[in-house]
Amino acid sequence: MRERSFVASRILIYLVVLLIAAAWLAPLAVVVLNSLRSNEEIAQGSMIGWPQHWAWSNYLTAWSGFCVAETCAGIRPYMLNSALVTIPATIFSTLLGAIAGYAVSLWRFRGDTWIYGIVTLGLFLPQQMRLLPWTIVLRDIGLINTLAGLVLIHTIQGLSFTTLFCRNYYVAIPHELIRAARIDGAGFFRIFWRIILPLSPPILVVTVIWQFTHIWNEFLYGVTFTSGQQQPVTAALIALSAAVADIPQHGVQSAAVIIAALPTLLIYLLGGKYFVRGLTAGAVK
Amino acid sequence: MSNAVSIRPGRPALPEWVRRLPEYLMIWVPLLLSAAHLVSFSLWTVWISFTPSTLVPVSGWVGLRNYSAVAASRNWQIAFDNLLLFGSAFVLLSLVTGLALAILLDQRIRGENVLRSIFLYPLAVSFVVTGTVWSWLLNPGLGIQKLVHDLGWASFKFDWLIDRDMAIWTIVIAAIWQSSGFAMALFLAGLRSVDADIIKAAQIDGAGPVRIYRRIILPSLWPITITVVVIQLQFAISTFDLVRALTNGGPGIATQLPALVVYDLMFQRSLLGRGAAAAVLMLLILLAVLLPYAAWRYVQRRRAAHA
Repeated sequence: MRERSFVASRILIYLVVLLIAAAWLAPLAVVVLNSLRSNEEIAQGSMIGWPQHWAWSNYLTAWSGFCVAETCAGIRPYMLNSALVTIPATIFSTLLGAIAGYAVSLWRFRGDTWIYGIVTLGLFLPQQMRLLPWTIVLRDIGLINTLAGLVLIHTIQGLSFTTLFCRNYYVAIPHELIRAARIDGAGFFRIFWRIILPLSPPILVVTVIWQFTHIWNEFLYGVTFTSGQQQPVTAALIALSAAVADIPQHGVQSAAVIIAALPTLLIYLLGGKYFVRGLTAGAVK
Repeated sequence: MSNAVSIRPGRPALPEWVRRLPEYLMIWVPLLLSAAHLVSFSLWTVWISFTPSTLVPVSGWVGLRNYSAVAASRNWQIAFDNLLLFGSAFVLLSLVTGLALAILLDQRIRGENVLRSIFLYPLAVSFVVTGTVWSWLLNPGLGIQKLVHDLGWASFKFDWLIDRDMAIWTIVIAAIWQSSGFAMALFLAGLRSVDADIIKAAQIDGAGPVRIYRRIILPSLWPITITVVVIQLQFAISTFDLVRALTNGGPGIATQLPALVVYDLMFQRSLLGRGAAAAVLMLLILLAVLLPYAAWRYVQRRRAAHA
């Protein structure tokens, strides 16, 4: 009797979990399938359906053919923009965060707790509080509507996250290690290069994945500080959906959505474990 | 703290501060830039909110006029009501979904890793993508309603996206799909950290799984629950991209949210002073959530330190 109810409850659990999993995957499946259907096919039926003819050309059009405003270069230039912003901003913010995290956790200096406290405020303050000042500052230093401006913003903003991640990781490193190295005459940078950095790969992977996803997916800054050809891919997707509102091109749009989401999805698939670690590190301070 | 200056023969000794200059620069420049921009930019926005700025920031003082103008506008009132509804519904439902998923995955089921990845993947995708996709699925003429019609159930109705009263719920749906995996991840970590000995002892005493969950495991999840609530509320308050891509505030202004009002005032209507006031109001809403949380954390820490 007990056996039977156990088996029944196991079946129920699997049923429920698989059902929810299917619901969670459905949106992705719908977009993938639509990216392979022609616009006419979608227009005649619904967004949900199996492709009758595999329209691989959607991807080509999405990548380099469709028109936003007066330029018809597809999503390619915007993907390039996003890459040109995301890669340097990720590298800069991670490196600076590692040095700052090391300084506040192990090197210690006057006022470090205060500075660190203010830096982590950046995790909470809404972006909207900084939109106007950034606009003014970027204009004054001539970086408005440039990719370099976005790199600058994401690097400085990212420091709040990267410093927090690295600091939380570095406090666990035994202070004796640093003290011994100091007695041997090693300075700030030598200790960083020789001791801290070799111990850092686990946290640097977390930080890089976190920053990359964050910056790639960011939209508000992209749409506020850049326009036209300088926009990142998130902003271009919105512009695209506005542009095709009259003559829907759902097949091409789906392909564009997939292409735009691909970098972060790949990173998630490859580094899922570290992605979760980043989430929890960001949540449990 | 002693820093021995090693003077190597044949090289003139540099003054201490010159020798350490690169180090100071590397520590202080990024940290100060980060801290200073957070503080000064926030104060700057607060200041602009008290000026009569429209197209460009100007000096001057209008007191609370921008604030009363924002608070009196229909746009803001709807945005605020929506935030209350969206915030509470989203937080509550994502808590329930996340906890349910975590408990299910905690039953030692096969393929746990794959399932966990499935529930978490929406988090890796941008809100712009998520919003776009859900706007298709929920579009009555294209998505789920159309599919069910084509299958033969002609009277089926699921048109929340274009229904003024229900549209806000489409944002709740998409937001839950997007981020209840996050709640799940935190809860799962909490469930796994419950002391196995206590559970074993309860089992020996004859307690069933339901009782063990209710009496032992779930009560230990309180701290995580509060963390999840605060983070999800913070997300709800600053929601922008998702709405922009899903409904763009519509139909009409039915799904307006504070973050959209700020953007609209600042960059579409060029009412900088009012936009800044709306941003400060957003900050105040956020503080109403974060300050009690900070106080709670402080008390917890004090208690832990005394224990």
